[in-house]
Amino acid sequence: MWDYIKLVVLGAVAVLAAIAANYAHDLAYQVNAIVVMLAAAIAFVYALRHTGEARVYPANEYFDGVVRAGVIATTFWGVVGFLVGVVIAFQLAFPQLNIDHAFGILNFGRLRPLHTSAVIFAFGGNALIMSAFYIVQRTSASRLFGGNLGWFVFWGWQLMIVMAATSYVLGGTQGKEYAETVWYIDIWIAVVWVAFLLAFIGTLWNRKEPHIYVANWFLLSMIVTVAMLHIVNNLAIPVSIFSSQSVPVYAGVQDAMVQWWYGHNAVGFFLTAGFLGMMYYFVPKQAERPVYSYKLSIIHFWALIFLYIWAGPHHLHYTALPDWASTLGMVMSVILWMPSWGGMINGLMTLSGAWDKLRTDPVIRMMVVSIGFYGMSTFEGPMMSIKAVNSLSHYTDWTIGHVHSGALGWNGMITFGALYFLTPKLWNRDGLYSLKLVSWHFWLATIGIVLYASSMWVTGIMEGLMWREVDANGFLVNAFADTVAAKFPMYVVRGLGGALFLTGALIMAYNLWMTVRAQPAKAVNNSLVPAE
Amino acid sequence: METYTFLRQLADSWVMLAIFLLFIGVVFWAFRPGSRPIHQDAANSIFRHDKKPAAAEGMRDQRAPSLRQPEEA
Repeated sequence: MWDYIKLVVLGAVAVLAAIAANYAHDLAYQVNAIVVMLAAAIAFVYALRHTGEARVYPANEYFDGVVRAGVIATTFWGVVGFLVGVVIAFQLAFPQLNIDHAFGILNFGRLRPLHTSAVIFAFGGNALIMSAFYIVQRTSASRLFGGNLGWFVFWGWQLMIVMAATSYVLGGTQGKEYAETVWYIDIWIAVVWVAFLLAFIGTLWNRKEPHIYVANWFLLSMIVTVAMLHIVNNLAIPVSIFSSQSVPVYAGVQDAMVQWWYGHNAVGFFLTAGFLGMMYYFVPKQAERPVYSYKLSIIHFWALIFLYIWAGPHHLHYTALPDWASTLGMVMSVILWMPSWGGMINGLMTLSGAWDKLRTDPVIRMMVVSIGFYGMSTFEGPMMSIKAVNSLSHYTDWTIGHVHSGALGWNGMITFGALYFLTPKLWNRDGLYSLKLVSWHFWLATIGIVLYASSMWVTGIMEGLMWREVDANGFLVNAFADTVAAKFPMYVVRGLGGALFLTGALIMAYNLWMTVRAQPAKAVNNSLVPAE
Repeated sequence: METYTFLRQLADSWVMLAIFLLFIGVVFWAFRPGSRPIHQDAANSIFRHDKKPAAAEGMRDQRAPSLRQPEEA
């Protein structure tokens, strides 16, 4: 019965999407409708060929197929996202790279949201989904809840990525940073995200361990909060059901505040809480020691939850936002420094007594550097949120450097560590193909980040100082174009740093591929389990 | 009184106090007597059930870790 309902729904979606493509008001909508039509048609054919098959979900096995798919998707979207990043970095240095004959598709303005969404939501999102599914099963000692719900989440997320990418390059955007996706993609994200929540909570509900391990707290807070942020920030009224355009329900400073309440908590919960969930599982596993202090991890969690949600207004210093709100945001951001460093210390001290592993295991080295970057960017962030500092740093490339030391250093490195940890386990291989290549990846990525962050510090502070420089009569000394010209060498260095980071990721992709292809399967000493 | 003014005043007085006390309560709860073995057990839970889910009989043995039957990895 369920099979037939599925076929009817998929068929109807394909037909309706075709009709919508025909009536489309704009190109982004039309192409998205065609993408939906194709996706529904493929799913229809797949469902048709498997109609009536008995589905088995063995309760004595983990659901690892979807985690394997997550490893592949994370690696793939990572490389794509870094590549687009390198391209736009060089577009800033060499504006000629905004190719005239590409109908605007390859311009910086179109590729920039493609880059941010590809790295945050495609690379980071797949990393989070993959890790959440792996961790919640292991720590609950229970198979992922909901039969094939995990597959729905995985493929639903990939469809979202493809729709967002095709929409951005054709000009579909609602102009909110990190929430550029237009209204119908937002609805689809909400549907997939609720399915993700259901699979996660259902597994926790079925758990065989009495205690919910702390990594799951971080992951669950990430899922719940992101759902709330996403829905509130994207409340908008479409101008037509056949158009990608919509009008937000908020106006003026309320709109700005809601956007940065979303924006900063996307950093706080998507890129911090979620990835801390990864840290609290993968670092102790790779170090083969339990986390340094479980109590500290509990306090870390609650302090982060209580504080992060207030930090958004620091994005709107010296704007129409009331002064008390931006002061509140600043104070909460500064307090946030403490739990962040508590978490960093907890992660690093997990290695106490096993520091020698840093010498022999490049994967653990990667994780430790990622925690180091977590500590560095959670110090830099509160500092930049102070109004006096912000008056210099805001709108400059310092902000971009800060974001990248967190994103490349913390999110990127911990995800690489997780991928190196998961691949041999999931494909049952006897270790990675080459530890030497992991070392190469480690150094390329680290040097890349250092080049990136330091060039952005220099250019950002220089730019801020040039903007505020006045002569004896109080006239501004520099035109905007002067600052752009002065930034050129740093832009080239930043592009090179990005290229190094991308090269490292390509080496990782090769290494993971060879691990699956060429490494011998792990010897099974005894596959028979005594009857109990 | 206007709804906005009322909510503003409520938020930065009683609600703020309640949230603060809740947070302090959570911290004290983490340090309650007898929490150490529970936390140690939880911290070590990641090293169990790496390959397979627990047998379907229900919750795991909840006695103190030292009293338990050793489990398979």
